Amino acid sequence: MDLEYSPEYQAFRDEVRQFLGEHGSKAPRPQGGDDRMQPRDWQQLLIEHGYAARTIPREYGGYGAEPDILKTRIIAEEFARARVPPGHSGDNRLVPTVLELGTEEQKRKYVGPSVRGEVSWCQGYSEPGSGSDLASLSTKAELDGDEWVINGQKIWTSGAKTADMMFCLVRTEPDAPKHNGISYLVFSMDTPGIDVRPLVTMTGEAFFNEVFFTDVRVPKDQIVGKRGEGWFVANTTLRYERGGLGDPNEAENRFLRIVDMMQRETVGGVSLMENPIYRDRLLKLQARILAMKFNGMRVLSHNIKGEEAGLPRWIVKLNGCELNHQMAGMAVDVMGELGLLYDGSPYLRDHGFWQARYMLDLGLIIGGGTAQIQKNMIGERALGLPKEPKYDQAAA
Amino acid sequence: MDFALSEEQRMLQDSISGYLEGGSSLECVRQVAEGGGVRADDVWQELAGLGVHGVLIDEDYGGVGLGHLEAALIAEALGATTTPVPYVASSIMAPTAIAAAGSSEQKESWLPRIAAGEIVVGVGVTEQIGRRESDGITSAGGNLTGKAMFVLDGAEADAYLIASDDGAMHMVDSGEVERQRLKTIDRTRTVAEVTLNGAKADTLSGSTTSREALLATIDVGRLILAADTLGAAQTMLDKAIDYAKERRQFNRVIGSFQAVKHMCAEMAAELEPCRSMIWYAAHAYGAIPEEGRAMACHAKAHLAEVGQFVARKSTEVHGGMGITDLLGLHYWFKRIGFNRQLLGAPELVREEAAKAQGWI
Repeated sequence: MDLEYSPEYQAFRDEVRQFLGEHGSKAPRPQGGDDRMQPRDWQQLLIEHGYAARTIPREYGGYGAEPDILKTRIIAEEFARARVPPGHSGDNRLVPTVLELGTEEQKRKYVGPSVRGEVSWCQGYSEPGSGSDLASLSTKAELDGDEWVINGQKIWTSGAKTADMMFCLVRTEPDAPKHNGISYLVFSMDTPGIDVRPLVTMTGEAFFNEVFFTDVRVPKDQIVGKRGEGWFVANTTLRYERGGLGDPNEAENRFLRIVDMMQRETVGGVSLMENPIYRDRLLKLQARILAMKFNGMRVLSHNIKGEEAGLPRWIVKLNGCELNHQMAGMAVDVMGELGLLYDGSPYLRDHGFWQARYMLDLGLIIGGGTAQIQKNMIGERALGLPKEPKYDQAAA
Repeated sequence: MDFALSEEQRMLQDSISGYLEGGSSLECVRQVAEGGGVRADDVWQELAGLGVHGVLIDEDYGGVGLGHLEAALIAEALGATTTPVPYVASSIMAPTAIAAAGSSEQKESWLPRIAAGEIVVGVGVTEQIGRRESDGITSAGGNLTGKAMFVLDGAEADAYLIASDDGAMHMVDSGEVERQRLKTIDRTRTVAEVTLNGAKADTLSGSTTSREALLATIDVGRLILAADTLGAAQTMLDKAIDYAKERRQFNRVIGSFQAVKHMCAEMAAELEPCRSMIWYAAHAYGAIPEEGRAMACHAKAHLAEVGQFVARKSTEVHGGMGITDLLGLHYWFKRIGFNRQLLGAPELVREEAAKAQGWI
């Protein structure tokens, strides 16, 4: 066990801090301001210093550093600590996929503009009939001369209203087994025949959309990887999505906000922290959050050494999403009746953050592989339990 | 930055586990448990040879001078095999107390004998955590009076470390006390009721002015009980998974049913982070003093909860066989139950964690 950072990494952390001290106040904010940089200029500044698009080769618009997981983490930690919006790597699903499997022309055409923030992406995977069983998707693309003609529907497409481009899974080989009949296409959201309809969720907001395709014509060469191999191309993407790194201390910081709230909020003049029942619940939650924090440190150490972390990695999505939801639930209960307030009501605490999170985090337990799918994967891939017999085998 | 065991720590783990898998077999456990014995003597001697009893004791006093993470790894291995020998009190808490609060004569007198496995020291601190059937223990003029309940490793001890109500700790020879073994659900460790009627005591001088040494002794005991639960729960989960891969019903192995698979996945998802928590808590105990107490308390309480969950669910995976004596799974179930209550049940210990963080 060595929880210290070596001098090289301490120096790197100091360097990031110094940069943030000098430039952090110029970072773009939603409300803007005269002294603020535009998001694209900010991104460009971050790329020049190696704090965004860090490992993307220079020829495709990145900084071109060797992968270094610890440095990536230090950057994420320091930006979060300084409350400065971090940079991005274009799109952490699309860009790595194109870099790995795209043609030279595709890399030049898509990676640079994405990294610079000139082009944004949305993901067209899920369909009304294909959720957990994604490979059963039925949106089809048929070749007509030099163009794919797409018909069908996607759902749960976040950012579809504002995205410039979509990367999309479509069925191109209807007679092949389901995993072998899919192709991975990329196309502009301005292409005629695309209809985006907002999907309002229980929070009252439309973060997701439904996207309808009616005879959408896409040039034949806008396929990434080979025809019929889109499922495997997409799995490259999924791998990177899981590898994406937000603020590693986010859960603990969120927990500390509940601690603050328990010390601040009172019932009948007595702070919630002085109530032993609420306090016990808080401590129970803290233990689980700490255990997952240390689990995360263990996974990180495996990753740094290039080792497969195994079980500690397989449980991250299941436990992380569950704990976020439990935290939001606890915060709402700490507020009691005040926790019911919504939509900018008077007396609202934290701008309604926890009420929204309680609903949003339930969505995250379901999205990106439901808790039940996660348990199947833990059972089968980490513990070696046998798969459920296939329906057709069982019938035979 | 490396959150992992060192090569040496993995070797220690391998050598202790490697020995205990054969040395503390289920037959051995049964023999001690069913025969009403206090320990597996050959295992005790063998562990002495491996340096287990002196893991925390300085080399100057005949120990091997390793850290709390090593002590926790040994506890995990003992829990994994429900090894019927004293450890938490005699090899961990007593040396911690003596090293922290003893004079150099007291260290010289006790530590080498503990490290060599020549004596067992029972530890009575329950009255200072959660007093139940005792009016406490008073200390006057070098004599102790009162009743110490749930004295750990207490049935066969050659000497006792007893905490009095003023927070001081005292070494008492077993000839000075009346003791009675209390039968518990877990027959792989012993607890005793120790009655003191003006028993002659050798007071650890450093413990008379501050409760710190007592609290540190309790903290380390909690950490080690938690590590024992980690090992015991991991064995129960491993057995459940093995069983789910073999047992067939409805022409399928039961592990292919999601109902069973998800139970196993839930147990793994709860238990695996506990390993990281024990590593961190054990590391913090020595290396990050300001976090030591809160982490030891969290580890104790959290492992009690997860241990209970795993004990219950892994028994269920085994179906009816899970509750039979024939299978012997109950030894692990009871070991986990024992660890949960001793040195503070989860609710009490979580309050300590809250205090340690300055929240109350």
